[in-house]
Amino acid sequence: MSSDNSIENAHIERLFKTLLLIRRTEERVAAVYPTDCIKSPVHLSIGQEAVAVGVCDVLQPADIVAMSYRGHAAYIAKGGDLRQMIAELYGKVTGCARGKGGSMHLVAPDAGVLGASAVVGTQIPVATGWALAAKRSASGQIVACFFGDGATEEGCLSESLNFAALHRLPILYICENNGYAIHEPLSKRWATTRLCERVATYGITTCRIEDQDVLAIREAALSAVQAIREGAGPRFIECLTYRWRGHVGPREDYDSGYRGLDELRPWQESDQVERLAGMLPLESLHRISKEVAAQIDDAFEFAEASSPPDEAELLRHIYASRA
Amino acid sequence: MLRGHSATSRVITYAEALREAIEQEMERDPAVVVFGLDVDDHLGILGSTRGLLQRFGAERVFTTPLSEDSMTGVAIGAAMAGMRPIHVHIRMDFLMLAMNQLINIAAKTHYMYGGAYKVPLVVRCIIGKSWGQGAQHSQGLHAMFMHVPGLTVAAPSNAHDAKGCMIAAVRDDNPVIFVEHRLLYSTEAIVPEGSFVAEIGKGRLVAPGDDITLVGISSMVIECLRARELLAEIGISAAVVDPIWLTPLDMETINASANHTGRVLVVDNAWTSCGASAEIVARLAEGEKPLRLARIGFAPTTCPTTPWLEEHFYPNPATIAAKASSMVTGGKWMPDRERARMVHQMSFRGPF
Repeated sequence: MSSDNSIENAHIERLFKTLLLIRRTEERVAAVYPTDCIKSPVHLSIGQEAVAVGVCDVLQPADIVAMSYRGHAAYIAKGGDLRQMIAELYGKVTGCARGKGGSMHLVAPDAGVLGASAVVGTQIPVATGWALAAKRSASGQIVACFFGDGATEEGCLSESLNFAALHRLPILYICENNGYAIHEPLSKRWATTRLCERVATYGITTCRIEDQDVLAIREAALSAVQAIREGAGPRFIECLTYRWRGHVGPREDYDSGYRGLDELRPWQESDQVERLAGMLPLESLHRISKEVAAQIDDAFEFAEASSPPDEAELLRHIYASRA
Repeated sequence: MLRGHSATSRVITYAEALREAIEQEMERDPAVVVFGLDVDDHLGILGSTRGLLQRFGAERVFTTPLSEDSMTGVAIGAAMAGMRPIHVHIRMDFLMLAMNQLINIAAKTHYMYGGAYKVPLVVRCIIGKSWGQGAQHSQGLHAMFMHVPGLTVAAPSNAHDAKGCMIAAVRDDNPVIFVEHRLLYSTEAIVPEGSFVAEIGKGRLVAPGDDITLVGISSMVIECLRARELLAEIGISAAVVDPIWLTPLDMETINASANHTGRVLVVDNAWTSCGASAEIVARLAEGEKPLRLARIGFAPTTCPTTPWLEEHFYPNPATIAAKASSMVTGGKWMPDRERARMVHQMSFRGPF
C-alpha cells in the first residue's frame, strides 16, 4: 500500500505498541477472569483494536474520546492509565472510578477520556454536548465518539447527528461495525447496510473502511480531524471489524450456534497486530513486546496490591459537594 | 412570611421572577446558557425567557430540534465540559422523552465516574393545569425524580422562591429538576431585585397553626393557604408547610410542625401512589411520635380534558379543608365550593 511508505518506522512502532498493549491487556484480563479477581462484566475489544488505535493516533492529548461499555481499546489508545484501569476492573479504590464504575464505565479526564456508558448509544449525545462546549469555548478541542452498530439503531444517534450538523460541532463519530448486537446479526436488524448514506443525508461527510486496515483508518481519521479542526463540522467514519470473543466475558463462543469459525477466519488473516508486527524489524518487536509485558505486569500488580474501598465510599459522590 | 425582603424588593410575577433569576445568573457567569424548544421565540416560555436572546445572543440562548433525549445528553455533556446549561421543557410530560439521559446519565455521572465529573445542569419543566390540558399536558411527575439518587428536585410555589431556587439551582454542581406550575406563572410575590439564593433542601413554615399541618407541594401550597382560611372559619387552626425542595426534603421543618399539631395532611399536585405525599407520610410514620397522617392528590385516573370532570380530578381548597376538618374533628363538613375558587385559576383562559 502506498500509505505504508509514507509512514515512518517509528510511527509503525507506535501504532503497533498500542495495538499490542490492548491485545495483551485484554488477553490477560481474559486469562485471569476465571479466578474472579475481576469484579465486573468485561466486553473485550480483541480483534477490534485497529479502530480505536487508528483514530486516537491522530488526536491531540487535549482532545476527548467517548465510548461504549466495550471501551478498553479506546481508553488505552487515548492514553488512559493502565494501572487505574486494571484497578477499576478489580474493584479497588485506586481505580479510575474508585471501583464504582468497573469495566463498563472507564474514565480518565486527564487523558481526555470522557467516559463510557453501558446503555447502548447514550454516550453519543453526551459527547455531542462536550463538542458544543468545545465550540463555544473555542478551545480547539475536538471530540471522537465511538459506538457500535447497535447504537446506530437508537434514536439518539439520528438526533445527535442532526444537532451536530446543524451547529457544525467539532466531533468525529466512529461506528465500530462488528456485525452483531450481542448475538443478533445485522441481517436481522438493518433494512439496508447503507449506513453512510443514511448519515450523509444530514449533510455529514462520511467514509467507510471495510478491511480494518489500521493505516487506512488512521488516514481517514486524519483527514476527518483536519476538516473538523478547520470548522467543517462533524464527520462520520464506519469501520467494519469483528469481535473475536463473546459479547461479554472472556470466552470465545463459536460453539454457541449463532456464528461460526469460518466467519472469524478472514478477520484473523487480516489481523492488524500481526500485520504491523510483520512490518517491523525483529529487534523492535522483541523490545516492544518486553515493554508491553512489563507494563501489563505492573498494572496487574498495582491492582492486586491496592486496597478495596472502605464502606464510607458507598455514600460518597452521590452529589457533588455543596458549599 | 417570605424572607429576603429589603428596600429594593417589589412585587413581580412568578414568570418575571424566573426570567430575572436567569438573566442575573447569565450576567454573572458566562458559562450559563439556556436552550430548549421555543426559548428564543416571541413568547419566550410564557415570558420566563423573554428578552434573553436579545441580551445574550444566539450562542447562549437557542432553540433545539424536537429531540428531548439527545438534547438532554447534549446538556449533560456540555455541563461536564464546564458549561452551566438550563434546559427548558414547556411541559413536564415531555421529560418522559428525556428519562434515559436524566436517570441513566445525569443522575449517575458523578458517582459512577468516582467523582471525576460534575453535571451542573438545570432542567426546567412546567406542570400544566386546566383549560383542557388533558392527559399529556398536566402530569406532576416529580416523584419519579425524587426516587433516584443524584438528582435534586425543586418545586417553588411562589415568585420569591422561584427566583431564589433558580439561582441556587444554576449555581449548584448537580443536576436539578426544576418543577414549575403553569397556574403559578401569573401569581405575584414580593421579590428582591438583587440576587439571592433559596437554600437547597430548606423548606418553610408558611403559616403557623395548632390543630393540623398541611404540607402543600408546588401550586398546592396556595390551595392549602385558602383551605387554612376556610378551616379558621370553623375554628380549626391549620399550619401550612412548603417543602420548596422535594430532594433533599426538609423533614426538620415538616417534623417541627407535625410534632406540634399531631396531624399532617400532605397535598400534592400529583398522584398519591408512590408519590411525594407517600414519601413524606412514610417518613413521618417512621418518626418517634404517633401522628394522624393522610394525603390527597390527583384522582387515580388520567386527567380528563372536560372541565366537568377535571374539577373533580384535582384537590382544591374545599376538599383539602374537608379532609383536614375530618382529621381534626372526626366529623363531616364541606365548605361552599364557590368559596374555594381561586382568582389565579379562574382568570386562566389558556390556551396553553
